Amino acid sequence: MTAYRVEVRVMPRPALLDPQGQAVARALHALGFGEVTAVRVGKHLVLDLEATSGDAATARARAMCDRLLANPVTEDFDVAVRPG
Amino acid sequence: MRRVAVVVFPGSNCDADTLAAASGAGADAYYVWHRDTDLRHADVVILPGGFSYGDYLRSGAIARFSPVMGAVAAHARAGGAVLGICNGFQILCEAGLLPGGLMRNAALRFLSRPVWLRVEAADTPFTCLYERGEVLELPIAHGDGRYVADPRTAAELETAGRVVWRYVRDNPNGSTNAIAGICNAGRNVVGIMPHPERRTAPVLGGPDGARVFQSMEARNATQPAVDVRAVGDRHLRV
Repeated sequence: MTAYRVEVRVMPRPALLDPQGQAVARALHALGFGEVTAVRVGKHLVLDLEATSGDAATARARAMCDRLLANPVTEDFDVAVRPG
Repeated sequence: MRRVAVVVFPGSNCDADTLAAASGAGADAYYVWHRDTDLRHADVVILPGGFSYGDYLRSGAIARFSPVMGAVAAHARAGGAVLGICNGFQILCEAGLLPGGLMRNAALRFLSRPVWLRVEAADTPFTCLYERGEVLELPIAHGDGRYVADPRTAAELETAGRVVWRYVRDNPNGSTNAIAGICNAGRNVVGIMPHPERRTAPVLGGPDGARVFQSMEARNATQPAVDVRAVGDRHLRV
């Protein structure tokens, strides 16, 4: 078994209103960052785990996202794996 | 007298109000701890409001894996009545017992105030004593109350008459189609974001929520889609 670090990015679905992102965009505009056209706010999870290979770690992490870490109704996710 | 199990999760905070509302309507109501796997022959299961597991990750996301939820899902699949109020509604959505999900209020603020909602369906076990079209005043207390569903699901809810309550006058949290509560296809699993258990008597600000609990007891309560007899711990389709 090898140690891996898995980074999971969970984002609200593009079709859904993201009021947090809108609030951050408005605040950036107020600070003079007028070039910002859109902001979306999601979650970033960092998992340390043991697996037999990088592919195995990815498969396990995706299973975790399907079951718990992301809600498929409201969120999309992607997974990045590197040796821990 | 119907047996009503009020499930208590760590972080539930409307369990006592819900138990009192069910008892006040004449039910034999009792608590079931989330680690229990036995609903003790419940006729009705209520998941109360609160902040189960601190709302960590997403509201209801961790509670749905509590040991009791296997029994709740089996009860629902057998046609048994289930009501989720506020956090209970969020848990039912996370568990896949109701479609859609509940996201952060559109205005980002936690809202604790009265709202008005129209009864859109009186053919559920929790609304059979209401008239369709009646407007109720009930309080909300939530940060994640914006009901969302993909367009196909939302259209299905509308055409099948599965929107049970809808916000009127204003849509406090930005819910799709101003949806305040829905039911499943079998009409035995119902979720509502406002708090009927907090409005069961004039002294509590109004009586508009009381009939949710009285409906469970009503003789003419909607029968489940299939005839179900509970034998021992098992539900049998007859």
